[in-house]
Amino acid sequence: MLVLNNIEVIYNQVILVLKGVSLEVPDGDIRALLGANGAGKTTTLKAISGLLKEEDGEVTDGSIEFNGERIDKKSAEEIVRMGIFQVMEGRRVFEHLTVEENLRAGAYTRRDKKNVRRDMEMVYSYFPRLKELRHRVAGYLSGGEQQMLAIGRALMARPKLMLLDEPSLGLAPLLVKEIFDIIQRINKEEGVGILIVEQNAMAALNIASYGYIMENGRIVMDGPADKLKENPDVKEFYLGLTEVGKKKSFREVKHYKRRKRWLT
Amino acid sequence: MQYFIQLIVTGLVLGSVYAMVALGFVLIYKSSSVINFAQGELVLIGAYMALWLTVSLHIPFLLSFIITLIFAVFLGFAIEKLFLRPMIGEPILSVIMLTIGLSVFLRGLVIILWGTETRVFPQIFSETPIKIGFVRISQVYLWSLILSVIFLVIFTLFFKYTDIGIAMRATADDQTAALSMGISVKKVFAMAWAVAAVVAAVGGVLLGNINGINISVANFGLRVFPVVILGGLDSIPGAIVGGFTIGIIENLASGYLDPYFGGGVREVAAFVVLVIILMIKPYGLFGLERIERV
Ligand SMILES: Nc1ncnc2c1ncn2[C@@H]1O[C@H](COP(=O)(O)OP(=O)(O)OP(=O)(O)O)[C@@H](O)[C@H]1O
Ligand SMILES: [Mg+2]
Repeated sequence: MLVLNNIEVIYNQVILVLKGVSLEVPDGDIRALLGANGAGKTTTLKAISGLLKEEDGEVTDGSIEFNGERIDKKSAEEIVRMGIFQVMEGRRVFEHLTVEENLRAGAYTRRDKKNVRRDMEMVYSYFPRLKELRHRVAGYLSGGEQQMLAIGRALMARPKLMLLDEPSLGLAPLLVKEIFDIIQRINKEEGVGILIVEQNAMAALNIASYGYIMENGRIVMDGPADKLKENPDVKEFYLGLTEVGKKKSFREVKHYKRRKRWLT
Repeated sequence: MQYFIQLIVTGLVLGSVYAMVALGFVLIYKSSSVINFAQGELVLIGAYMALWLTVSLHIPFLLSFIITLIFAVFLGFAIEKLFLRPMIGEPILSVIMLTIGLSVFLRGLVIILWGTETRVFPQIFSETPIKIGFVRISQVYLWSLILSVIFLVIFTLFFKYTDIGIAMRATADDQTAALSMGISVKKVFAMAWAVAAVVAAVGGVLLGNINGINISVANFGLRVFPVVILGGLDSIPGAIVGGFTIGIIENLASGYLDPYFGGGVREVAAFVVLVIILMIKPYGLFGLERIERV
């Protein structure tokens, strides 16, 4: 179980980006983290995976625990070895490596090298397309294929928890559905916990059991996915089901009332 | 015809040494974007180390060679740890200045330890040339070629198939993504320097056996510049092909043109070819183009 307890994140010693974020991901659960651009979603994932340190960011307050152990001071490498794997925004496949070499890179921290081959087949069973492309240089794959590779590469590390940052970015609706179905299967069949960050709130809430909504570095609302999907404000701001283009801040409008409604 | 083939063969030998030294250079550039101006000094140190072990300590050549390679691994690790690691995150120009400083330092160290006059390895390979068809090739050339080809094959396989080789290429592609795989970028940089020092040492020992050594061996570091730029700064196969190409071109040019120009063509030829090729292919022959999909 992953627990973020009231964390504060500061970039370059001055820019305060997360202002007390708390969330949880129980083992084997899927949870969604939603919010507008710049809300701090990616920052939250990087705080968990330890990649924040590479960008001169720091968790200055609160704590992050994974299975009871503090991880907010650990290096990215140690955190991967503990079983948390971040699939970064924008896929970030190794462009000049082949599909298979990308998968091997994902398995880098594994001790049980003899099982790597078998797990590669497991990845191919989720993404048969990747098997056909396995000797192809990853940079020339289509966006959808690259996203499959990014997720497959994460699976190769055999993580307990996967952090997915906008897997639907730039994909056609049909492909989004396919990828989300596979994410759900991976969660069920491999028992991997998932924390998913999405702009496509509907897609994320459809597979998640619970969701958090973030604005301006704070969680402003959270609740079971079904409830969130029915909430009129969530509908308006994140699911785009009512008038579009009204630029009110979610927080400004009856902020406290909503907090009360959802946090109690 | 025989003269021509003779020039080609010696060009291949020279080229194989270029290829090796260039490989180290490319590796460091690829993984950490550092242009290593001390590559030539790594060649120098490798050559002197092996010479010292063989001549002063009377260790058999083959054993000296192996000890030199092991020493090179640790030299690479040490340089990376002491000089480069503290510079991570500093402007790239500062890092380049540092490698220039490092080259002066290492060169000075060699002069202090071993002086400046030319020294030669004891005769290891027999003087009698071997005849292959109608070409006569001296044994030291032949063995140099064989050895460097073996090393080039080993390193190619290393990058293609080992975990750390793949990790090194992954880091060169996307450092942050590599970190997210749990790849230790520090370890990758250290490996790059170790491999660079090893290939430089192999190059140094081969050169030393062919020509003898003095401090000017370090200039080899500058002579691989046309090689790596020709091959594309970030391409390992490019370094290898570039090395052989430049070796052969230099030899042919100096073999045929030196009589007319009174010498010195060798040094110029590589740069002439370089300029022509860069006008046609700005990334070098094998340089990795940015893959851009829209
Ligand atoms: N390395 C950094 N240094 C300084 N500020 C940063 C850095 N990275 C992000 N920020 C700032 O932190 C805030 C949150 O950024 P973050 O990337 O976490 O948002 P996000 O919710 O992922 O947005 P998006 O949906 O656009 O990806 C933004 O205002 C951004 O400008
Ligand atoms: Mg983001």
